[in-house]
Amino acid sequence: MIEVVRPGPLATVQDLGRPGHAHLGVPRSGAADERSFRLANRLLGNADDAAAVELTLGGAAFRFDRAAWIAVTGAPAPLTIGGRAYGANAPCPVPAGGLVELGLPSGGLRTYLAVRGGLDIEPVLGSRSTDLLSGLGPGPLAAGDRLPVGRSRGDITVDVAPVGPLPAEPVLRILPGPRDDWFTPDVIAVLCAQPYEVTADSNRVGVRLDGAKLLRTREGELGSEGMVTGALQVPPSGLPIIFLADHPTTGGYPVVAVLAASDVPLAAQLRPGGRVRFRPAG
Amino acid sequence: MKVMRAGDAALLADTGDLETAHRLDTAIRAAALPGVVDVVPGERTVLVVTDPARCDLGRLAARLPELPLTAAEATAAPPVEIPVVYDGEDVAEVAGLTGLSRDEVVERHAAATYTVAYLGFSPGFGYLTGLDPVLHVPRRESPRTSVPAGSVAIAGPYAAVYPSASPGGWRLLGRSPLTLWDVTRDPPSLLRPGGRVRFVREER
Repeated sequence: MIEVVRPGPLATVQDLGRPGHAHLGVPRSGAADERSFRLANRLLGNADDAAAVELTLGGAAFRFDRAAWIAVTGAPAPLTIGGRAYGANAPCPVPAGGLVELGLPSGGLRTYLAVRGGLDIEPVLGSRSTDLLSGLGPGPLAAGDRLPVGRSRGDITVDVAPVGPLPAEPVLRILPGPRDDWFTPDVIAVLCAQPYEVTADSNRVGVRLDGAKLLRTREGELGSEGMVTGALQVPPSGLPIIFLADHPTTGGYPVVAVLAASDVPLAAQLRPGGRVRFRPAG
Repeated sequence: MKVMRAGDAALLADTGDLETAHRLDTAIRAAALPGVVDVVPGERTVLVVTDPARCDLGRLAARLPELPLTAAEATAAPPVEIPVVYDGEDVAEVAGLTGLSRDEVVERHAAATYTVAYLGFSPGFGYLTGLDPVLHVPRRESPRTSVPAGSVAIAGPYAAVYPSASPGGWRLLGRSPLTLWDVTRDPPSLLRPGGRVRFVREER
């Protein structure tokens, strides 16, 4: 068992989510930064979809009642085990009774704490992910929660994975459409011309941005249509929202562009108050 | 049919109308195309989400318009019958907005056969088309902070049943004891895109 001593601002259980149910109104959910999540599991020899903890702005502590191996990836939060500092992106041993503490990340937003064997929580619709939009899966972690650890199968074969630093002001690649024709002809140029600021009401549903407004030329309502992760949806304010893992499955506001899938993990690391730029992909 | 890219892992097919969207949804599912992860019908579109590692998006885009469209599978199934006790908080208000009596509001709501256009808003929440045009009323000016599960409601051209308790701005006509959404059931949702629905009036 792992006891949550302090969850920090927001800690949830995540895996690869609930694909295949979107037509029933079920968000995909799952780790917002899937790349960092997968790396944590790989470092421990876990299955790709083993459940781990997703921390938001670090600040968490966990007590392990048995000896275990952990790996910390994503936003670089200072890690100590029993008061001693350890590096990120590497398997680390935790002794029985050990206290694992994570501080405030120097950059980025979401840090993953995986344990060898994965978190053994009852799945809902095939996933252990917390979905903050629909309420499916376990609730956000609270002090005193106890998380069972699954049986480990794979071997640990990697000492450390080379991971570059997160960019301070990332440039995310976009593919125009599917509804860019609802906007002024220069809309992609406007979107890419200057940085946007990440606002405080961003969450796992979406990253809300402040900056140049995107102007529509077509009035009336777009019929509700399916939405993808990484979509830049433009509500009547003209300020785009980048959809993350817990985004709604359908929506009625036009999507001006969609992030390249491999840039979604960078969007998931955008911190409120930070800045982001866009550029056309390819 | 117009097929558009929705990023580098999904396609959005604009079918022009709802019925064709449901037929295309059925055709895509029947074709069991490799690498297709999610198929999501909308009001006049079908979104096809893929795993780009297992799917060539260009080939899929060429394939979609060629799929043979037969009747939508869910539409051929018998309608889901939803029992309703029509004692909702907004029946009188809807009567006032439409110029109908309270009884006429209920009769018109219960007389129609509905089609599940698409799901969204929350798991199992179906947007039902087929509502009597006289009953097309706007949403409430300020949404309720909590609408109980099973609430039968209307807004604009749509009818719906709230599958779980949630905030909501639709006008409440009644409540149903039927469980529309249950994660332990397979499928968890009683409603699916293209399916038919009838409301059956029950006494309280």
